[in-house]
Amino acid sequence: MEVPILKQGPYLIAIIQSALTDADIVHLRDALVEKVGRHRSLGVIIDVTALDVMDSFATGTLRDMAHMVLLRGAETVIVGIQPDVAFAMVHMGLKMEGVATALDLEEGLAYLDQRTKAARHR
Amino acid sequence: MKPLELATETRVRVESELDIVTARMRGRALAIQLGLRPTSATLIATAISELARNILLYAQDGEIVLCPIERGAHKGLAVIARDDGPGIRDVTRAIEDGYSTSGRLGMGLPGVRRLMDEFHIQSRVGEGTTVTVKKWNE
Repeated sequence: MEVPILKQGPYLIAIIQSALTDADIVHLRDALVEKVGRHRSLGVIIDVTALDVMDSFATGTLRDMAHMVLLRGAETVIVGIQPDVAFAMVHMGLKMEGVATALDLEEGLAYLDQRTKAARHR
Repeated sequence: MKPLELATETRVRVESELDIVTARMRGRALAIQLGLRPTSATLIATAISELARNILLYAQDGEIVLCPIERGAHKGLAVIARDDGPGIRDVTRAIEDGYSTSGRLGMGLPGVRRLMDEFHIQSRVGEGTTVTVKKWNE
């Protein structure tokens, strides 16, 4: 299932709506990295509220995506990691090293506004 | 009289990425049906995801078997991941953090071990690998 990517001002918002296969996650990564350039976006929000499993592949691919987006000059924030998912990730030893996270979409937007303030007022 | 057994063994064939999703969804549903806590169901689903991916990655195909288990008053779920793939040359290292022959993170098997209450792995080079893990309700 393809994840829709919405353009919201200077940001791209991807809201995951159902379980994703590995190929879906890789596709999302590549689409976001490409769209950051096409739309000259300053930030990316990935909403994972609907994901009931974040295993080593999903975590690693989301982390790679955030690092790739940063290399393209934009910020990423991952929002909506559920309590049980967070518990499982910590148990497995999976880390989101260097990747910003926020509680929900609202907090994610607030984070990006803060981080990209200077760029938006150029 | 034997209590009515609602939950039965479930088998999921693993030969595509979609099967990883199917296997973990079935595992979660069965765990909930057996009365395990939602948190445990998430740990089980995550473990199944790792085990099913290992099957695809190393053996191309195999199966995940989900079995309701009982020990006295305790109920639980066993997950058996079985393949006829190349087997694991060094099982001790395969369950160490950060060890991988696939160029990936090497978090899979050690992670699964930490997610579940019991972990057993049997592997023979050229014959395949069977990983059996169990989760009990508290």
